[in-house]
Amino acid sequence: MTMKKVKGVSLDNIAWNENSTTNESRITNERITFRQRVSQDVKYQWRMVKKNKSKYIFIAPYVILFFVFTVCPVFISIFLSFTNFNMLEMPKFTGLQNYFRLFMADDIFVKALGNTIMFALITGPCGYMISLVMAWFINELPRAARVIITVLLYAPSLAGGMTPIFKIFFSSDAQGFLNAFLLDWGFITTPIKWLENATYVVPIIIFVVLWGSLGTSFLSFIAGLQGIGKEYYEAAAMDGIKNRWQELWYITLPLMKPQLMFGAVMSITGAFNIGSIITGLAGNPSVDYSAHTIMQHLVDYGTVRFEMGYSSAIATVLFFIMIFLNKAIQKFLNKVGE
Amino acid sequence: MLILFLIAFTSLMILPLIFAVSMSLKPTNELWVFPPTFFAKQPTLKNYRDLFGLMTDSWVPIGRYIFNTFFITIVGTAGHIIIASMAAYPLSKYKFPGSRFIFVMIRTSLMFSGAVIAIPNYLIMNSLNLIDHYSSLILPAFSSTLGLFLMKQFMDQMIPMPLLESAEIDGASEWIKFSRIVMPMVKPAWLTLMIFSVRDLWSTGASPYIYSEKLKTLPYALSQIASGGIARAGVGAAISMLLLLFPLAVFIFSQSNIIETMATSGMKD
Repeated sequence: MTMKKVKGVSLDNIAWNENSTTNESRITNERITFRQRVSQDVKYQWRMVKKNKSKYIFIAPYVILFFVFTVCPVFISIFLSFTNFNMLEMPKFTGLQNYFRLFMADDIFVKALGNTIMFALITGPCGYMISLVMAWFINELPRAARVIITVLLYAPSLAGGMTPIFKIFFSSDAQGFLNAFLLDWGFITTPIKWLENATYVVPIIIFVVLWGSLGTSFLSFIAGLQGIGKEYYEAAAMDGIKNRWQELWYITLPLMKPQLMFGAVMSITGAFNIGSIITGLAGNPSVDYSAHTIMQHLVDYGTVRFEMGYSSAIATVLFFIMIFLNKAIQKFLNKVGE
Repeated sequence: MLILFLIAFTSLMILPLIFAVSMSLKPTNELWVFPPTFFAKQPTLKNYRDLFGLMTDSWVPIGRYIFNTFFITIVGTAGHIIIASMAAYPLSKYKFPGSRFIFVMIRTSLMFSGAVIAIPNYLIMNSLNLIDHYSSLILPAFSSTLGLFLMKQFMDQMIPMPLLESAEIDGASEWIKFSRIVMPMVKPAWLTLMIFSVRDLWSTGASPYIYSEKLKTLPYALSQIASGGIARAGVGAAISMLLLLFPLAVFIFSQSNIIETMATSGMKD
């Protein structure tokens, strides 16, 4: 929006500069054809490119790496999803066959899709709300206490290698901590196979994921809350804001909307990305595919069965789900406090 | 009331970490006690010593795993901070053809996870001859999008344009402006990029791009030891602790700067 405006203004400037040299060009300028306009625009853009040469040099290393490792792969993935590719022979174009197979013939994919959405709907909003509520709670603590609690709450999301510890905690034999505790207190008489039982494994995974969910968005929320000046609340009190809930809804949340957006993006991407924790806890495939997600289906077809075309189709579906949800949530968050 | 809730919630959150610490301090015979105790009765550092003993006899000594993890973390993080701030500076402060398009792409890429593009990435790594080389782990880390996004947002709000303009009048080149004015001013943002980059690289485990044992990382070694079951639980927990310690130290060290940076992390639309 702003970019267009700037472009328009500078275009006029150029026209003015050129016109000032001769009077004739001023007359032709009034009857400028579309083609001339385009060529003028291209010339102008090219002049801007040359003028900003140093800026392109600055962004070049990053942009090249970004295109090679992020942008190109997305397009290659979409392309491969229309082919049959096994890494040995050249990809064979098969049209929409992979997608038909995904939704019509692959029961496990449909189950994985359901599981992914289920996990995302629980861990995404819950993790987001926990982050927000905890950030709100610790906001008014004295500085030292706030810092200590921030570090302690953030520590789990830094602990990448904790899945094996949880595996010991929920181990299926009597040495598993939870089993031993329940056996010792007489609640159960035989150890429960926590991670090999379809009923138990899903809540356990959700618990472990939520445990590590106070991450980037949590830090962003703390920072957003810290940035809201006291004068806003004082003014609000004069205007008749009665309780803390009204304060939260009418003052705090609208003022930290940018952070809420950023946190939402982080939460959604995280919520669809919980493949490795599931594989670590329940294995791939998990028992009866009870915790099978798209991510694991992708790994299964990509690295075990080497059906690259098919797994690219899975990746493409996941990609569009994530982008679509992110856009939808941003629309929704725009309404906060209105 | 609120304080009580906070204390209860925080202790619940760090309980698994305490469990891991106490597991790592348990002597082997205590691992078999029934019922298992939460805290080690006779805490010992034997597991940490074993860790080195266990792996020095093995094919690749554990020192090598630790070196690999340190190496990719330090090189990847340093390169990421330099490359991302170099790119963030013009994207934040100037408008030029393509700048908005590039930033929109970068922001969109925050919205999907890397796993989606794993297969094409393998093909690209393969065609660039990067398979089984440190750079297959380091180069993608250089172009991490979260870092660039945070750096750009921070520069948007923290660097006044008149300052750059007056430097330009004094004859400063782009590089002088970047290295003498911009970089010192965005120090909090560097530290933030550092913690996120360290967090990701430090936990790099088994990668599809690496097959030589001598290039593998500490989290990979952990997953191998942890597969030894309960008898190796103490040593496994010791590695978990080693894995947590470094990023946690970095986070504590740069905590206030990170909060300052995250204040500018917001998205407009």
